[in-house]
Amino acid sequence: METFLQQVINGISQGSAYALIALGYTMVYGVLRLINFAHGDVYMFGAFMGYYLANIPWIESRLGTSAASAVFVMLGAMILSAGLGILIEQFAYRPGRSATRFTLAFWFGVLGAGGGQLVGQTFASVVLGAVVGIAVGAVLEWLGIRPVRQESRLALLIIAIGVSLFLENGGQQAFGADPKFFPQIIPTTSLNIGPLNLDSQRVIVLLVSLALMVVLTVIVQYTKTGKAMRAVSFNLDAAKLMGINTDRIIAFTFALGSALAAAGGILVSLLYPRIDPLMGVMPGLKAFVAAVLGGIGSIPGAMIGGLIIGMAEVMAVGYGQSTYRDAIAFVILVLILLLRPAGIMGKGMIEKV
Amino acid sequence: MKKWVFWLVALAALAAMESSLRGLIGAYNYQIVILVGINIILAVSLNLINGYTGQFSIGHAGFYAVGAYTSASLVFYGGPAIRGATAFLPQIAQNAVLLLAGIFAAAIAAGIAGWAVGIPSLRLRGDYLAIVTLGFGEIIRVLILNIDAIGGSRGFSGIPQLSNFFWVYLVVLITVVTVHNLVNSSYGRAFISIRDDEIAAEAMGVDTTRYKVMSFVISSMFAGIAGSLFGHYTMYLHPNSFLFTTSFYLIIMIVIGGLGSIEGAILGAVLVTVLLEVFREFGAFRLVNFSILLVLIMIYRPQGLLGAWTLFRPRKAAPAAK
Repeated sequence: METFLQQVINGISQGSAYALIALGYTMVYGVLRLINFAHGDVYMFGAFMGYYLANIPWIESRLGTSAASAVFVMLGAMILSAGLGILIEQFAYRPGRSATRFTLAFWFGVLGAGGGQLVGQTFASVVLGAVVGIAVGAVLEWLGIRPVRQESRLALLIIAIGVSLFLENGGQQAFGADPKFFPQIIPTTSLNIGPLNLDSQRVIVLLVSLALMVVLTVIVQYTKTGKAMRAVSFNLDAAKLMGINTDRIIAFTFALGSALAAAGGILVSLLYPRIDPLMGVMPGLKAFVAAVLGGIGSIPGAMIGGLIIGMAEVMAVGYGQSTYRDAIAFVILVLILLLRPAGIMGKGMIEKV
Repeated sequence: MKKWVFWLVALAALAAMESSLRGLIGAYNYQIVILVGINIILAVSLNLINGYTGQFSIGHAGFYAVGAYTSASLVFYGGPAIRGATAFLPQIAQNAVLLLAGIFAAAIAAGIAGWAVGIPSLRLRGDYLAIVTLGFGEIIRVLILNIDAIGGSRGFSGIPQLSNFFWVYLVVLITVVTVHNLVNSSYGRAFISIRDDEIAAEAMGVDTTRYKVMSFVISSMFAGIAGSLFGHYTMYLHPNSFLFTTSFYLIIMIVIGGLGSIEGAILGAVLVTVLLEVFREFGAFRLVNFSILLVLIMIYRPQGLLGAWTLFRPRKAAPAAK
C-alpha cells in the first residue's frame, strides 16, 4: 500500500510535467490547428537555458542553492523560451499566413552563424557569419523571393518537423551533444507524512505545476487577451473580422506555451538532472499524446491527459516491465482515439458537407 | 510482347550494372546507391497512401520494421533448411531463393500488420489518423525491442547478406511500375477521389473504407519488402533504425518532391538521402543545414519541388492536401 501511494505521488509529479508540455500543444493546436512538433524541443531549450542561468558565476556565488536562485532560473528560462517560441512563430509558421519580412534573412543568418562557429570557433566568426547570412537573405528577398501563401496544412506540419529537427541539431551544435547535469538549485529535504517518504523536489514540482496551471487558467478565462485567444481558437477568420489582431494573439499563444514548456523542462530536470539536446523528443511526443487524450484544444483536457499518461507510465515501470514504458502512452492513445476520437474533454466536430 | 522486352532489357542492364558498379564508384558510394533505392521504394509506397489516397500516415517505419525483422528471422532461422532443400542449385540461385522467400514473407507480414492497423485507424481523419499511425509505429518498435529471439535491444546480428544493387533496383522498378499502373487504374481513381473529396466519393458509390484499407495494405507491403532488402544488405537490424524519425524522413521525401507524384517521391528520396550524406562531414551542422533547407522549401514552395507534375500521362493537376 505504501509503495502504491508512493507510486501515485511519483505518477502525479511526472504527469504534471507532461501536463505543462501538453498545455502548449493544445493551445497552439487550438489557434492554428497545427501539431507543433517543435514544442518538445522548446522544453529541451528551457532546461538548457535553466542550466546556463544557474551556472552564471554571479548567480552561483550570490544565490547558490536557495529559493531566490530557483525563482530567478525558472523565470529567466521561461522568458527566454517564450522568446524562442515567438521567433519560431514569426519566422517559420507565419510566413505564408501573413505577409512577413526578413524570413530569408533570419534563416540565412542562423545558417551563417552556425557556419561561422564551425569555421572559426570564436564569437567574432559567429557574428561575422550571421551578418553575411542576413545580408544575403535580405538581398534575395529584395530581389523578389517571397513566401508563398500557405493553403496546405500539410506544408505547415512539415515546417514544424523541420523546426523540431533544427532545434535538436542546432542544440547539439550549440550546447554540445554530450549530456550535462542540471545543478541542484533548491535544497533537498525529506518529508515524512505517515509512512510516506516524499522528497521536497517532488512536492515542489507538483506545487509549481499546479500554480502555473492556475495562472494559465486565469489568463485564458479572465483576461482580455485570454478572451481573444479563445475567440481565435473558436474561429480565426471571424476573430479577425471582429478586430482581433490574430497574429499578435497567435504569437502570444506561442510565448505562453513555450514558457510553460520551459517550466516543465526545469521541473523535470530537478527530478532527473541529466539533460541533453535530444531530451525533448520522447516527452514531447508523449505530451502530445496527453493533449490528444484529453481532447486537443481543451486546456483542462491537457492537464488530465498529462496526469493519466504520467500515472500510467509510472505504474507500468513500477509494476510491469519497464521496457514497455515507451509504448504505454501510445497504447492508451490508440484505445482512446478508437473509442472516443475527440478525447476525454474534447467536443466532437460536426463536419459540413 | 513489348513488356517482355522491357523486363528482359531491364534485367540485363541491372545485372550488368551490379557486376561493374561497385568497382566503378567504390564501396561507399555503392552503399549510398543502395540506400537511395530502398528509400525510393519506401517513399513511392508511402506516396500511395499519403499522396494519392490523401490519408496522412506517419507510421511507415513500423511496417518497414515488420518486413525487415520477418524476413531476417525467416532467413536466419529457416535459412539452413531452405538451403538444404535447394542444395542441388548453385550458390547464387540458393541465395535468390532465400531472398525471395524473405521478401515474400516480409510482404505478407507487413501487409497483415497494415491491415490490422488500417482497419481501426482509417476511420479517423487528418491529424488524428496521423498521430494514431505514429503511435502504432512506435508500439511495433517497442514490441520488437522486447522480443529476445530477434535480438531485442541488442539488435539482430548475423543476418546473411543477400540483397545487392540488382535486387534493390529490380524491386524499385517493380514498385514504380506497380504504383504507376495502380494509380492509373479504376482503383487509383477511387484512391484519388477519396483524397479529393471523401464525402463526394462515397456519394458516388466508392466504398471508401475498403479502398483506404487496400491502399494502406499495399503501401505497407512495399514498406515490408524494403525492410527485407535493407536487413539483407546491412546484415544487422536495430529497433532504433525504425524510430518515428525514420517515418518523418520518409514524409519529408514525398513532401519535398511533391505529394501525389511518383517522380516527386523518387526525386525526394534521392535528394534527402544524398543531401544527408553530402552534409555528413559537417557533423551536427549537417542536419542544421538540412532542417533549415526543409523549412525554407516548405515556406517558399509548399507544393514540393515537382508539385503534382508527372512525366508520364499528364493528368489534371492535383490540389495540395488539406
